[in-house]
Amino acid sequence: MQVPAPFEYERAGSVDEAIGVLDRLGDTARLIAGGHSLLPMMKLRLANFEYLVDINDLADELGFIVFEPDRVRIGAMTRHRELLESAELARAFPIFQDAEKVIADPVVRNRGTLGGSLCQADPSEDLSAVCTTLGASCVIRGRDGERVVTMEEFHRGPYETAVGDAEILTEVRFPVHPSGSSAYEKVERRAGDWAVVSAGAAVWLEGGVISDARVGLAAVGPNTTGLPEISQTLRGATPSEEAYARAGDIAARSCDPASDHRGSAEYKRHLAKELTVRALRRSVARVNGEED
Amino acid sequence: MTTVAGSPVTAFENNDQKPVGHGRMLRKEDPRFVRGRGRYVDDVQLPGMLHLAILRAPMAHARIVSVDTSLAEAHPKVKLVVTGAMLAEKGLAWMPTLSNDVQAVLATDKVRFQGQEVAFVVAEDRYAARDALELIDVEYEMLDPVVDVRTALDPSAPVIRDDLDGKTDNHCFDWETGDAEATEDVFAKADVVVSDDIVYPRVHPAPMETCGSVADFDAVDGKLTLWSTTQAPHAHRTLYAIVAGLPEHKIRVISPDIGGGFGNKVPIYPGYVCSVVGSLLTGKPVKWMEDRSENLTSTGFARDYVMRGEIAATRDGKILGIRTNVLADHGAFNGTAAPVKYPAGFFGVFTGSYDIEAAYCKMTAVYTNKAPGGVAYACSFRITEAVYLVERIVDCLAYELDMDPAELRLRNFIKPEQFPYTSKTGWVYDSGDYEPTMRLSMELAGYDELRREQEEKRARGELMGIGISFFTEAVGAGPRKDMDILGLGMADGCELRVHPTGKAVVRLSVQTQGQGHETTFAQIVSEETGIPPSDIDVVHGDTDQTPFGLGTYGSRSTPVSGAAAALVARKVRDKARLIASGMLEVPATDIEWTKGSFHVKGDPSASVTIQDIAMKAHGAGDLPEGIEGGLEAQICYNPENLTYPHGAYICVVDIDPGTARVTVRRFVAVDDCGTRINPMIIEGQVHGGLTDGVGMALMEMIAFDEDGNCLGGSLMDYLIPTALEVPDWETGFTVTPSPHHPIGAKGVGESATVGSPPAVVNAVVDALKPFGVRHADMPLTPSRVWEAMQGRPMPPI
Repeated sequence: MQVPAPFEYERAGSVDEAIGVLDRLGDTARLIAGGHSLLPMMKLRLANFEYLVDINDLADELGFIVFEPDRVRIGAMTRHRELLESAELARAFPIFQDAEKVIADPVVRNRGTLGGSLCQADPSEDLSAVCTTLGASCVIRGRDGERVVTMEEFHRGPYETAVGDAEILTEVRFPVHPSGSSAYEKVERRAGDWAVVSAGAAVWLEGGVISDARVGLAAVGPNTTGLPEISQTLRGATPSEEAYARAGDIAARSCDPASDHRGSAEYKRHLAKELTVRALRRSVARVNGEED
Repeated sequence: MTTVAGSPVTAFENNDQKPVGHGRMLRKEDPRFVRGRGRYVDDVQLPGMLHLAILRAPMAHARIVSVDTSLAEAHPKVKLVVTGAMLAEKGLAWMPTLSNDVQAVLATDKVRFQGQEVAFVVAEDRYAARDALELIDVEYEMLDPVVDVRTALDPSAPVIRDDLDGKTDNHCFDWETGDAEATEDVFAKADVVVSDDIVYPRVHPAPMETCGSVADFDAVDGKLTLWSTTQAPHAHRTLYAIVAGLPEHKIRVISPDIGGGFGNKVPIYPGYVCSVVGSLLTGKPVKWMEDRSENLTSTGFARDYVMRGEIAATRDGKILGIRTNVLADHGAFNGTAAPVKYPAGFFGVFTGSYDIEAAYCKMTAVYTNKAPGGVAYACSFRITEAVYLVERIVDCLAYELDMDPAELRLRNFIKPEQFPYTSKTGWVYDSGDYEPTMRLSMELAGYDELRREQEEKRARGELMGIGISFFTEAVGAGPRKDMDILGLGMADGCELRVHPTGKAVVRLSVQTQGQGHETTFAQIVSEETGIPPSDIDVVHGDTDQTPFGLGTYGSRSTPVSGAAAALVARKVRDKARLIASGMLEVPATDIEWTKGSFHVKGDPSASVTIQDIAMKAHGAGDLPEGIEGGLEAQICYNPENLTYPHGAYICVVDIDPGTARVTVRRFVAVDDCGTRINPMIIEGQVHGGLTDGVGMALMEMIAFDEDGNCLGGSLMDYLIPTALEVPDWETGFTVTPSPHHPIGAKGVGESATVGSPPAVVNAVVDALKPFGVRHADMPLTPSRVWEAMQGRPMPPI
């Protein structure tokens, strides 16, 4: 049994109380939500914090999926399982269900949260790629109120986010546009493993022409990367294998994978293209009602 | 799961209700396991028990300059801190390995692999023990590590084992078998010679339960009780007696329920010794339980063979000879657990199931800055490597000859009339009938139909592969004349005692780790005595309660202890016959045995049951002249030969051409392990072994970076397969009994682990034939498959 170093434990009853505790304790404290990344790191003694502030009591306050006409708001304490099982979310953004099906295993999905996933800021993390693909924005609350940042601003580097010492990510917002759909494609070495590479795509069509498209990749660079060049290329294009291939080429060219035990950099670059093509193809098929 | 019989199904095969003997009965041990009531080493809680944690080397190779333990000793909950220097004062810093090498219990001079034991702390709880490790200050002087086995013998390579007198290189041992000259002649005359470099990477058994021990030394009566995760309690007790100088009768080794062994729990690890030292010095019970990372990085690994395989044949596919040159990575200490005369284990059976003219193997083993070990993971003493080599190189030959791999194998099998067959490397195969087994697997798989499907798919650019592996194993070590471990012969004792009411207890030297011994051995005794299995208690895993024997590994329990159990039961039955003759008042030659009772020949109504006889044996009244009371016997069984199970496996894979992901679509396994005692348990073992094999073929590998850091230190990094990576297993069987085993049984526990990796790899390589791929090394991760498709298959090390 692996055992963590000693730490103190606080349990927050509200967002404001959690912020107050964080404000008092500074960077010696860490929030714990699902704990499926933090606790293993603590047991391996890769992470040692003096205080853990447990925010699982905020599951009601911050656990929600709200559908508004032009956006979907998801609370930071919403668990993977809730994201997986929401039929309405699957209708709005099928990419969520695609991704959740291949995130870890049911034990992790029962506890892990959307906010925890984003704040871990692991470059291979699936939901970060999903949020990037969907052009999400993050609501961060501190003593002085809320601020909203884009995904590009949120992730500052591997394991590094825009959330300050006395702040909490409370909510993630997803813009909704008509006649769009999305998909997620992941290659892993084994069920439940981190991605070797994964790609998310979202496509909106207008009169048979792509009005907008977004692609997000995971595990091929310091953080999940949105690819604006793909959006520029695809806007105005007719959906076709040639268009997807062009986008795939941009994905392969734009990413920055490293060779490691999950695969060679060349293979990952190949996958960036292959999975981008597949995700775009599937998104378009979904818009056209040809799949799922 | 489908099971198809290849031999006539006897009445008992599918009869759960059968009251006695062999057959498909549910496992006697499962009621406690499924209720979570198993009792493992970590469940042992003793009054006043302390906890031990081990400080391990963070780097692969470094000289220890100084160790400062003062801060750790000052920790309020710490009772004891011990360094290598302190052990050296007691002459306990080094211990012998199972291969007559030595291994540091705690490093005194250098650390030689990442994760090596440097010091230990004993504290009031395991948290405090772990915390105190961080208070020990070790100053190291970094040394260049030897990581690549291929350059370990370079004159410029740093010498790892400078503890050995006069050691000036990293050479561990050389070994050869077969006839070099005869093989050279055969290769010279052959039409076709095919060779390839074949790597079996380092893998780890990764049992669910990690290793650990609880040592309790009683200073008053001088007795040491050691609960430990061991597959060989008796062998361990004797070695503790020899190493530590404790009298053997004052050592009791208890191996309680074991959460998987796979060979990982055969060696004696420094942690066990540390817990004993901890208890001796504190006077308290001391528990050591390693964590997952410690298990993966410091305990017995498996494989790590870099092989050059060569095969010679005629143009029409008659195999003439097989030759191999092997570079073996043994890590920092030669910790291989194998019979002494077999430093490469039973790798000598690399000639496989084929009747060939000549064979030769030359092996060089070297030290590297990696964890020691070398025989583990259900490998039957390196037969895994041997079978992988021969089954891979035979497929390479089929590729070159453009011949169907099934046809090539069928053409070269040893024929049934050739058994007992002496191989070109001197192994005497006891029995076998290979063609029916092969044919059955092809029938179950629908082999011809699969080939047709493959042809159609290839035309459409789809990647489908069919892989065959046909293996012969050599298990059940072993005959005393040939086999011992550190001087201990590999015969097994067994005791059977029938109580007055006809219930019985059988005491075994072997130790179950999930194999179902409590059921299988009860069934063996039941078959011979007629006592129902439910009335037979199987006692094992406690040196004070059981006769001496060498333990459970190398699929030896049924071949050796199973034979002992059958023979001891027959001894009891022989005595029962004499008592029955007195009871029936006829000469012993005039009575007949039908399972469970004796009756007078020609008069079945004049009969006595084994239970009647048991009561008579213990009861009042006279027994026949010269017969002692009681109904019990003991035996020590020395096997006359190993047993040679075989099997034919067919794997079907699909590969996504875009991502290079491999899906194992089907797997057909036909095993022949001779007489089948409990088919359900056999199938369970086969299922587990096949899953192991898929894991090794597709994802498992203990890798190291260039500094010698282990990259497989957690189950996030060292992948083991889940139910999602494996298909529904399709199993079948044939039965070719062993001629020398009393009930004709052969070992089976490791057959599937040994036989399945080449089937999976052969299937993947077959699928990649359109890319001109003839060989690709494990683990066949998507990336490695894709690289092979690009024409640059990369060796894993």
